Amino acid sequence: MTEVGRARRRKEDARLLSGRTQWTDNLRQPGMLHVMFLRSPMAHARITRVDVSAALGLPGVVAAYSGQDFAAEQGSLPCAWPVTDNVVIPEHPPMATSEVRYVGEAVACVVATDRYRAADALEAIEVDYEPLPAVLDMNEALTPDSPKVHEAGNQAYSMQMTVGDIDAAFRDAPVVIDRTYVQQRLIPSAMEPRAVLANTDGDSFTLWSSTQIPHILRVMLAVVTGIPEHKIRVVAPDVGGGFGSKLQVTAEEVLCLLIAKRLGKAVKWVESRSEGNLTVHHGRDQIQHIQLAAEADGRIRGLKVDLLADMGAYLMLITPGIPLLGAQMFNAIYKMDAYEFGCTGVFTTKMPTDAYRGAGRPEATYGIERMMDELAAELRLDPLEVRRRNWIRHEEFPYTTISGLTYDSGNYEAATDKALALFGYDKLRAEQADRRDRGDPVQLGIGVSTFTEMCGLAPSRGLGAANFGAGGWEHGSVRMLPTGKVEVITGSSPHGQGHVTAWSQIVADSLGVPFEDVTVLHGDTAISHKGMDTYGSRSLTVGGIAVLRACDKVKDKARKLAAHLLECSPDDLDFADGVFKVRGTESQKSIQELAFAAFLAHDLPEGVEARLDSDATFDPENFSFPHGTHLCAMEVDTETGMAKIRSYVAVDDIGKVVNPLIVEGQIHGGIAQGIAQALFEEAVYDADGNLLTTTMADYLLPSAADLPEFVTDRTETPATSNPLGVKGVGEAGTIASTPAVVNAIVDALRPHGVHDVQMPCTPERIWRALA
Amino acid sequence: MIPAQFDYVRATSLSEACQELASDEDAKALAGGQSLLPLLRLRLAYPSKLVDIGRLPELSGVHDRGDHVFIGAMATHDEVMRSGVVNTECPLVALAAATVADPAVRHRGTFGGSLAHSDPAGDLPAVVLALDGVFVARSAEGEREIPAAEFFVDYLESALRPGEILVGVRIPKLGAGWGFHYEKFHRTAQAWTIVGVAAAVRRSNGAIQEARIGLANMGPTPVRARAVETALQGMELGDQLKQACQEADADTSPPSDLHAQPDYRRHLARVLTHRAVRGASGSP
Ligand SMILES: Cc1cc2nc3c(=O)[nH]c(=O)nc-3n(C[C@H](O)[C@H](O)[C@H](O)COP(=O)(O)OP(=O)(O)OC[C@H]3O[C@@H](n4cnc5c(N)ncnc54)[C@H](O)[C@@H]3O)c2cc1C
Repeated sequence: MTEVGRARRRKEDARLLSGRTQWTDNLRQPGMLHVMFLRSPMAHARITRVDVSAALGLPGVVAAYSGQDFAAEQGSLPCAWPVTDNVVIPEHPPMATSEVRYVGEAVACVVATDRYRAADALEAIEVDYEPLPAVLDMNEALTPDSPKVHEAGNQAYSMQMTVGDIDAAFRDAPVVIDRTYVQQRLIPSAMEPRAVLANTDGDSFTLWSSTQIPHILRVMLAVVTGIPEHKIRVVAPDVGGGFGSKLQVTAEEVLCLLIAKRLGKAVKWVESRSEGNLTVHHGRDQIQHIQLAAEADGRIRGLKVDLLADMGAYLMLITPGIPLLGAQMFNAIYKMDAYEFGCTGVFTTKMPTDAYRGAGRPEATYGIERMMDELAAELRLDPLEVRRRNWIRHEEFPYTTISGLTYDSGNYEAATDKALALFGYDKLRAEQADRRDRGDPVQLGIGVSTFTEMCGLAPSRGLGAANFGAGGWEHGSVRMLPTGKVEVITGSSPHGQGHVTAWSQIVADSLGVPFEDVTVLHGDTAISHKGMDTYGSRSLTVGGIAVLRACDKVKDKARKLAAHLLECSPDDLDFADGVFKVRGTESQKSIQELAFAAFLAHDLPEGVEARLDSDATFDPENFSFPHGTHLCAMEVDTETGMAKIRSYVAVDDIGKVVNPLIVEGQIHGGIAQGIAQALFEEAVYDADGNLLTTTMADYLLPSAADLPEFVTDRTETPATSNPLGVKGVGEAGTIASTPAVVNAIVDALRPHGVHDVQMPCTPERIWRALA
Repeated sequence: MIPAQFDYVRATSLSEACQELASDEDAKALAGGQSLLPLLRLRLAYPSKLVDIGRLPELSGVHDRGDHVFIGAMATHDEVMRSGVVNTECPLVALAAATVADPAVRHRGTFGGSLAHSDPAGDLPAVVLALDGVFVARSAEGEREIPAAEFFVDYLESALRPGEILVGVRIPKLGAGWGFHYEKFHRTAQAWTIVGVAAAVRRSNGAIQEARIGLANMGPTPVRARAVETALQGMELGDQLKQACQEADADTSPPSDLHAQPDYRRHLARVLTHRAVRGASGSP
């Protein structure tokens, strides 16, 4: 039985569940001190005075600093995605020196012997601010007389692309749908808050951080601080989730490193949940103006998308690129003659935005999937029928879309048929009609989302063309130990995804060794010296394949060695189940025997080194394009506005599946997170720019009790861009589910004249929509 | 949790607890800590001393005392919702306790703490108000009784005087013929009540003889929906109930927060009161 495809329980879990964990906050270093940051209570202000002297006199306080104290060495936090020629990348000092531009920005810090004393000392620091006007609304920010967030103005960049004759598509179009949707601001809420520990031996530095990107972070820390790269080691120990929020180079990481350098001591910082809500980069926050022109039979002629994207106060690691990850996704699975996409990045005095699960693609998918339902309603067609009339048929793959991506494979018909059967679509439609007829106060709505997405970021050349400041390859290495066990090193950096298990399955199949004999190392630049880390559902499609490639190289070497020892030609050997057999004979060598022979090196052929290991990088030629059909049935209480999910079916096509259990987990979590955007989550700033949702009493996350049982299934259309045929699954659920839920709510309320509800669709908003 | 510095004493007797609180006006009683500790962690409260009242026998348990049920202040929500006496004699209390947060909070948070904290969004204050509970408080000066109608003074403010400890609450037994319902409206299972309605209804011969209705989060304190109570008296079950419940928001001053504006809360109070009354009177 092959390992790939088996629902293996995760190797990681026994340790994690029994608490034998290495979260950054669990780590200790001798003489370690604790850092805490004083954060701006003002959305926008000039700093006229920072006085830390009172803090310095308090017990246990070792040091206290203002931004000025680090002005000469703290550099500017990096933005690695200068999306356009006209992009404005403002200086972003890790600790503010002269001006603050969002509530929560660090203005000073304390280093003390414990956190309690550090927190007391923060209260003794005096800061004088001269208030400046807050800039909160994107449309107002772009008016000429708006106060400015930065000297250069409030526009971070603008871009526009047009494909086909967009004017012709809209001219005399029988149907034009024109809508504006707001993607509310979200706060990524990883289970483990951020934490940083930095230590030095005087010359070199180690930084442990709850990060998704130890490799990128190392490079960036060197660039920002001037500490030479080879003197910095970055470790991502156990990391408790990220969802993109830990795909960042943070002020706290830079400052902990610099404080450790200045004091010659280990220092640790751990954020509180409220501090995290203020200062973990936020997600989404777009205003989408979308116009769709169609024929009377529902076929799409053209699509125009105009986005305002809230950057917040600064451009962080990939802030400006996030909305553009949706640029080629609004056209989704549909065929059309013309497409126009424009985006303006806007500065406001709020926490910067950046990658959050799906990053740009959930926004785009929401926009188009809501529009498809609006088109169906306008034409009085079933929402699935409108989609069928427009989608790429399975026999048309590979298909180059209007926005220029080539979808390698897919089968939207198969996924949809399966979903419909599981859902009991016709029966639910009948019930819906019945409730409408009876005027039942609880109405039923059915929401559809036939999504696709581009992930597995990926082709270095493509990323280069988009001005992305990194490659898209991944690294893997595989080494056979003398006793025949296997050590795998991956450049991917898992933080909950189960790489150790999945990579073990891939390696076990490839080398023919037992699953238990494989161990996977990661997340430490001293061990995994090369990598592009984990985000954008890229680990398996890029990193997993790099490991597979490294296995191939190991087998090539082993074949040479086996041929030498068995006195045959390498071509005469068959490899199966970990054993090289001379074709037609009984003579054979197992890969374990060969590992030991390589270790002894008593009898090696010419040109074969004394090691059975290898390195590989993989750089796919294309993204991967998971897709699927999600269906949601929603009961809406028209008396109170409460919307409750009655049933939810998700049929996803993520190509070949390595571990169905892990896939199930990713889909479940993803759907939950997408539902959360539709119904519960919203970061709210007040008119002065104060964040109101700083605790979980105000920023609502759903728990299991608030979610229905998800019915999940799959179709399997292999990707052609990698040898395993796999596609990414990390973001699919989040991308698909949000529009399915809102479409269901709107579908329930259409007879009441409702054609939109702003997310999150709170009971109050639904009630007001009905009023 | 990084609170400011405080002293901690675990009281070994009720009188010691009263002494500790009387001798230091910045001292606070610590019960389950489910409301107090969040305030400490956010540095919204800086008590000099926490007096742990967790091990005082006078405050513990649920007791059947003939004409009333005595619920000790330190009885946890979990204890209350599972108590046999509560479930037979004053089930409304159990129904509401079961809706508090999640099992972790219910195992630490206490009945007395919820009431002493006097959060109008809490579920128990509205229930005890509806049931005309009698609060028993103790201080260095002695014991006194406070009727529910006088206990809730303002937002997070009870009639307890500084240094006074809530020992427990007497919930009068209502006898036969009563039905109960707690209607809680909230957005997620762990979220606080946006509006809650506690209803006790006595019915005979297909008509409502008496109704008691307490509203949660419709003002700075829990309130009785007196106008509805009056309107329901003698009313037959049926469509007219809805009309009677239209006055549920009379004399309320609902708050405005992230979860609801006042006009929406008023609307909810009317709809939920109707549902609660229907539920309590066993009417479909
Ligand atoms: C996540 C979460 C969700 C919650 N959701 C809900 C909910 O849905 N509904 C709900 O009703 N409650 C909810 N609560 C609050 C919960 O019910 C608490 O248990 C209750 O508010 C306080 O009880 P406690 O025993 O924890 O009191 P503590 O936190 O220990 O004390 C609260 C206050 O009361 C004082 N106090 C406590 N006991 C006494 C006493 N015997 N005499 C005098 N003063 C006293 C304390 O000094 C303090 O000022 C929630 C709490 C949390 C943490």
